[in-house]
Amino acid sequence: MSVRRLSPNQPASFTFQPETLEKAKWWIAKFPQGRQQSAVIPILWLIQKQDGWVSEPAIRTVAEMLGMARIRVLEVATFYTMFMLEPVGSVALVQVCGTTPCQLRGSESLMAVCKSKIGPKDHLSADGKFYWQEVECLGACANAPMAAINDYYYEDLTPESFDALLDDFAAGKAPAPGSATKRQGSAPEGGPLTLSDPALYDGSAAKPLKKIPNAAPKAKAKAEPTA
Amino acid sequence: MVGILEDKDRIFTNLYGLHDFGLEGAKRRGAWNGVREILSQTPEWICDQVKNSGLRGRGGAGFGTGLKWTFMPKQESERPHYLVVNADESEPGTCKDREILRNDPHLLIEGCLIASYAIRAHACYIYIRGEYVFERERLEAAIKQAYEAKLIGKDNVHGWDFDLYVTHGGGAYICGDETALMESLEGKKGQPRLKPPFPAGAGIYGCPTTINNVETIATVGSILRRGAEWFAGFGRPNNTGTKLMAISGHVNRPCVVEETMSIPLRQLLEEHCGGVRGGWGNLKAVIPGGSSVPMITAEMAESALMDFDSLREMRSGLGTAAVIVMDKDADVVKSIARLSYFYKHESCGQCTPCREGTGWMWRVMERMVTGEAEMTEIDMLLDVASQVEGHTICGLGDAAAWPIQGLFRHFRHEVEDRITQYRAGRPHVQGATLVAAE
Ligand SMILES: Cc1cc2nc3c(=O)[nH]c(=O)nc-3n(C[C@H](O)[C@H](O)[C@H](O)COP(=O)(O)O)c2cc1C
Ligand code: SF4
Ligand code: FES
Repeated sequence: MSVRRLSPNQPASFTFQPETLEKAKWWIAKFPQGRQQSAVIPILWLIQKQDGWVSEPAIRTVAEMLGMARIRVLEVATFYTMFMLEPVGSVALVQVCGTTPCQLRGSESLMAVCKSKIGPKDHLSADGKFYWQEVECLGACANAPMAAINDYYYEDLTPESFDALLDDFAAGKAPAPGSATKRQGSAPEGGPLTLSDPALYDGSAAKPLKKIPNAAPKAKAKAEPTA
Repeated sequence: MVGILEDKDRIFTNLYGLHDFGLEGAKRRGAWNGVREILSQTPEWICDQVKNSGLRGRGGAGFGTGLKWTFMPKQESERPHYLVVNADESEPGTCKDREILRNDPHLLIEGCLIASYAIRAHACYIYIRGEYVFERERLEAAIKQAYEAKLIGKDNVHGWDFDLYVTHGGGAYICGDETALMESLEGKKGQPRLKPPFPAGAGIYGCPTTINNVETIATVGSILRRGAEWFAGFGRPNNTGTKLMAISGHVNRPCVVEETMSIPLRQLLEEHCGGVRGGWGNLKAVIPGGSSVPMITAEMAESALMDFDSLREMRSGLGTAAVIVMDKDADVVKSIARLSYFYKHESCGQCTPCREGTGWMWRVMERMVTGEAEMTEIDMLLDVASQVEGHTICGLGDAAAWPIQGLFRHFRHEVEDRITQYRAGRPHVQGATLVAAE
C-alpha cells in the first residue's frame, strides 16, 4: 500500500469549466440510473486534466454531484495513484516506469536523468515546470525502458534520448509520443518478422462466408428478447 | 520462416499498427465477417463451439472460456446480465492487450457482441487501465464507428440489442483482479470481494456478470468464423490455440508476437527476438508468464514449452505469456526485490498477511540484494512467504510470494554467497549501482 494524503495547501474552491462539466455528464450517462457513482474515477480524472491535480474542494464538489458521502470520494482519490494530490509541473508530469522489465533495460539511468534535471522525485522542480515520479509497470514492457509524460508514452528510451526529450518539453515543444528509436509499435527492432503475407490485407478475408463452420443445420429461434 | 505460426493463421493481423485500426481497415482484414450468421445460432451453440476450441482465459488464470459462459443464468430475470472486459493489463511484463486496444479494437468489439449474446447480456463495460489514454481514445473511436454503422446499439443489424461502454481505472494493479475491478467499476476503492458469491451470480450492481480478458474476447470472433477445430489445431491438447506473447528484458529484440501455444520457449526467443543478449549460453533465468509466476533457470528454459502444462510441470506458469528474460549480467536477486516492492506498493491493504507480509518481504529482500541480511533470515523469509501464500482474499498474496519462492528454489546459493561475502567485508557489487551508493 502507498500512503497518500491531501496536500496541506488547498484552494478555497473548485469550479467546473463548461467542457469538463459536459464531459462529466457524458460519463454519468454511461451507467444505469442510480449508479452514477460509477463515474467517480473518470470525473476525478477530468478534474485533474482541468486543474492539473485533485484538490479537496474538487472532492467535495464531486461528492455532491454524484450523491456520494465525501469520505467515499476521498477514499477513491487517495486509493488510486494516478490522482495527483498536489500541484504538478506546469510543463510536464514525468512518470518513469521502474518495475523489473524496465529496470532490466535501464530505467535507473532514466531516473538519474530526472534527478539531475528536475530534482528529487515526487517534488516540483525549482522552476515549477516539472514534476517526476517513479511509477509501476505501465504495460509497455516490450518497449522498455519507457516513461509516460502528460498522458502519453515515450518508449525505447536511452538516457541521451530521454534527456533531449525533456529539453524539448522545457522548450515548449510537443514531442511526438512513441518509440524513440522509431520502432514500429512493439514489433522487433528493425521491423516486423511476421504479418507480411499480402493476402491478409487485400480484402480476401472480407469475402462473405458461405456458411460458418459447424453451423447447426437449422437456425433456431433467437434467444428471447427482453424488455 | 520465423516461429511456427503462419501468417494466414494469425488473428491479430494489425498487431503492429501498420494498417488502419478503424472499421474499414478492420473489415478488410476480416473483422465483423459472419457475425450475423454467428448470432443466428443459439447462445448454447456459441458456448459449445468455444468449449470445443479449447480456448482458455488469456488473463492469467487460464479458466475455460466456454465453460465460464455457461455459468450465467439461462434466463434473464429482472436483474440484467453484464459482460465486463478486463483491460486493466498491469501485470509487469504484460503488454499484449494494449496492442489489441490500439491497433485491432474491432476484433474486441465484435467479440464483446458475440460473448454478450452468448451470456444473454445487452450491455458490456470495458474497464481499461487509466494510464492507457491513447488506447482508450482509439477504442472509443472504434466503438463510435461500430455504433454509427449499426453493428452495435439498439436495433443493430445483428438483431441483438447491445450497448458497449468504456470506463477506466486510476492506476491500481489490484483492479485487474476481477472482483476488485467490479468494485472499482462501481466507483469504490478497488478492494477484492470475498467469493462466493461468484460474478455469474452477483457481479456488478449485484447482477450476473461474466468477466473476461481483452485477448480472450477478441479471439472469439475468429474462432467461430474459422471453426473450433482450426483453433484447437494449434498447441497441445488442453493448451490449444494461438496466443499473444510479450517478450521483455535481455533479448536482442524485445517484441510482442502472436504464436501457437506450446511453442518451445527457446524457439520463441531465438527466432522472434533475435536470441538472448550475448547468446543462449548467456541466459540466466526466465520469468515466463508475467511477474507473478516463479522464474525458471536457463537449463529449464531449454526445454520449456509456452503452455499451461509444461510450465506448471516446472513449478512456474504460463500466466499472461509475458516472458521476462534475464541474462548473466542481470542481478536476479535485485530483479525479484523490485517485484517485491511492486507487490508491496499494490497491495490493497485489506488482509493482514498481504498488507504486512508484502512490506516485510520487500524490506528483507532489499537486504538480500546487498548481502546485509542474516543467513537465518532466508528460511524466515520463505516461511513468511508460505504464510502469505494461500491465506489471503485474492491472488495478490500468492503473486507476491511466488517470485521469492522461485528465486530461492533456484538461486539460494547466490544469496548465501552474497551474505557470506558481506560478512567478509567484500560487499556484492555486481550489476547496477549499489543502494548504498545513492
Ligand atoms: C492481482 C490480480 C491481478 C490481475 N490482473 C489482471 C489483468 O490485468 N488483466 C486480466 O485480464 N486479468 C487479470 N487478473 C485475472 C482476473 O482476475 C480474471 O481471472 C480474468 O480477467 C478473467 O478473464 P479470462 O478468463 O478471460 O482470463 C488478475 C488477477 C489478480 C489476482
Ligand atoms: S491479498 Fe492483498 S491485494 Fe488481495 S485482498 Fe488481500 S490485501 Fe488486498
Ligand atoms: S515494466 Fe515498465 S512498462 Fe512494464
